[in-house]
Amino acid sequence: MRWLLLKDLQILRRSPLLVALLVLYPIVIAVLIGFALSRGPEKPEVAFYNGLAGQSAVVELGGDRIDLAKEGRRLFDAIDPVRVKSKEEAIQKVRDGDVLGALIIPKDLATNIQSTLEPGTVEVYYNAEDPAKRQYVENTIKAQVQTANGALTKRVAKEALQLLDLISTGGQYTFLGQSFDVLGLQRAESILTRARAELPAGSAERAELDRVIAFGKLARENLSFSDDVLAVVGEPIRVKATALDGGSTSLTSFAVALAVAVSLMFITLLLAAGTLALEREENAFARLVRGLVSKTGLLVEKAGLAAGCSVAVCLVMMVGLGLFVDLDWGRFPLWLAALAVGALAFAALGLAIGGLTRDVRAASLLAFMLCLPLAFLALVPSGAVAPALYDLIRAVSAVFPFKPSLDALDAALNDAGGLGGPLLHLAALTLAFGALGRLALRRFA
Amino acid sequence: METATVTLAARELVKRYGDRTALRHVSLSAGPGELVAVIGPNGAGKTTLLSILAGIQQPDEGELTVLPKGVGWVPQQAALYGKLTVEENLFLFARLERCPNPRATVDRMLELSDLRERARDQVSTLSGGNRQRVNIAIGLLAEPEVLLLDEPSAALDPRQRARLWEFILRLAGVGTTVIYATHNVQEADRYADQLIVLADGERLFDGSPRELEQEVGTTGLDFEEAFVEFLHGRGH
Repeated sequence: MRWLLLKDLQILRRSPLLVALLVLYPIVIAVLIGFALSRGPEKPEVAFYNGLAGQSAVVELGGDRIDLAKEGRRLFDAIDPVRVKSKEEAIQKVRDGDVLGALIIPKDLATNIQSTLEPGTVEVYYNAEDPAKRQYVENTIKAQVQTANGALTKRVAKEALQLLDLISTGGQYTFLGQSFDVLGLQRAESILTRARAELPAGSAERAELDRVIAFGKLARENLSFSDDVLAVVGEPIRVKATALDGGSTSLTSFAVALAVAVSLMFITLLLAAGTLALEREENAFARLVRGLVSKTGLLVEKAGLAAGCSVAVCLVMMVGLGLFVDLDWGRFPLWLAALAVGALAFAALGLAIGGLTRDVRAASLLAFMLCLPLAFLALVPSGAVAPALYDLIRAVSAVFPFKPSLDALDAALNDAGGLGGPLLHLAALTLAFGALGRLALRRFA
Repeated sequence: METATVTLAARELVKRYGDRTALRHVSLSAGPGELVAVIGPNGAGKTTLLSILAGIQQPDEGELTVLPKGVGWVPQQAALYGKLTVEENLFLFARLERCPNPRATVDRMLELSDLRERARDQVSTLSGGNRQRVNIAIGLLAEPEVLLLDEPSAALDPRQRARLWEFILRLAGVGTTVIYATHNVQEADRYADQLIVLADGERLFDGSPRELEQEVGTTGLDFEEAFVEFLHGRGH
């Protein structure tokens, strides 16, 4: 078997295009994913024109001064602003594809907000080249404008609360540099109560005064609820999210597991299916199994070759990804276990494919056609499709090694769920596909 | 004929593929240095017979009554790795055959096949004839008593065929029993000591080419015409 393994490695060495693909493919994937993750999709470049530059961006609401420029900076939490000098320049940058979109703050924003007659309006320009991009831009900017609106609402509500408190309890109020003493309902009630005591009992004036005192008391009591009401107006819906299933893996960490699982699948499947089919294509199979190598031994050799090569390449890939994202190197033995067992399961599937096909091209094509939809199926989230279809998808995903490999890698990399379950699942699939591959070899003779 | 001079003998071999019977009670035997040609129309069972003798397939009935010390198998399509050189292919199979001295065995095969100068060339760059010689050389690595060749000269031009037969005759000359299946009746006539004619899995004749001509009983016909006449006479 050792000589067969050396032979296959020699053949691989003399297939530079294939080797280049096998080595470059995961490196390119690692670099692309790492680059994408390190930049972060939540920070797209957006041209930003501030029409308020050079003029006052402060509005006064209820006597409080709100700096719009400061509040507007919240928009930059989600975008990487590219500052431009005019609205036209911003739009041109969008047309040229230099930026994802343009955000224009008009010159009259502060005036409109101050007038309270109409809301302040910011303008957004973007290319809707495809529905996904359009939705992404709309959602990103809307979410950020919503955040800025929420912050402004809180500020306004806070001012309103202070005014209501002034009406309720009274005190000093400053407006346009002038200070006023506001009586307030509480103090008015005290004055009225004292005045009432000096009126004769049963007099019509006393009865009238009683009504005014009762109204003042009622108004003050109701105003005491206003802080809760205004708090609700500022943030009418709060979100309390609880994950029922799955771990707390971040998108970045999951993307690493996904990239490695996809590479592991492609490399192992193609190598296992291709090298087995090659024995038939070169007519060497019958000669080999005439007592030189057992059929099972041949399968073990191909599985070992494919799994060994793919694990090595995926480890290189993870080192590459490690340059961009934080990986817990203390969990390296678990990565290795997940990679090795996943690779064996994919290799067994590859052997079944290689055993069913007559030549390398057919084996490669079948491997591609099979693994791509399976990978997509494994990523369909619950609730995205009808329940019956989702159950079917889960069943199909469970029969192939991609989903359990992804689960195993996610568990090994990110401590998301147990590792034992996916590894046992993969071991069972390895045995099942290995047996299928052994049966398929009957077609070879 | 199952005596000490017999290197291979099979008795009443039957092979079925589903409802189709590929071999019907076929027997044969061959001695050292003998050249045995298995001829017959397409689907006669030639390859099936050779693959059973090679041990690739098991018969449904019948058995090999005399087993040689080693059987070299040379399939119709060259069973070689195109990305490896001639020498590497020979080395690989020499090691898999557990030859005690692979280097010496490979050197001997390179000499025997007259491919010393092409030893470092990748097999994919060789002509069909040279590839077939490597193919046969691999079948001889374990120094078998019997060499089985399935259509050895198919797809070769006349010059390549002539060189190939020189090679095969040399093997027979040193005592190797050579059993070959062929469509080329002239090759059977020219080189075979013994002729086995198969049709529809049935052995119709076992004897020398001259005996076949005598059995047909026609004069003035060349061997190919005599063979066709023989098949017609047997309803094929």
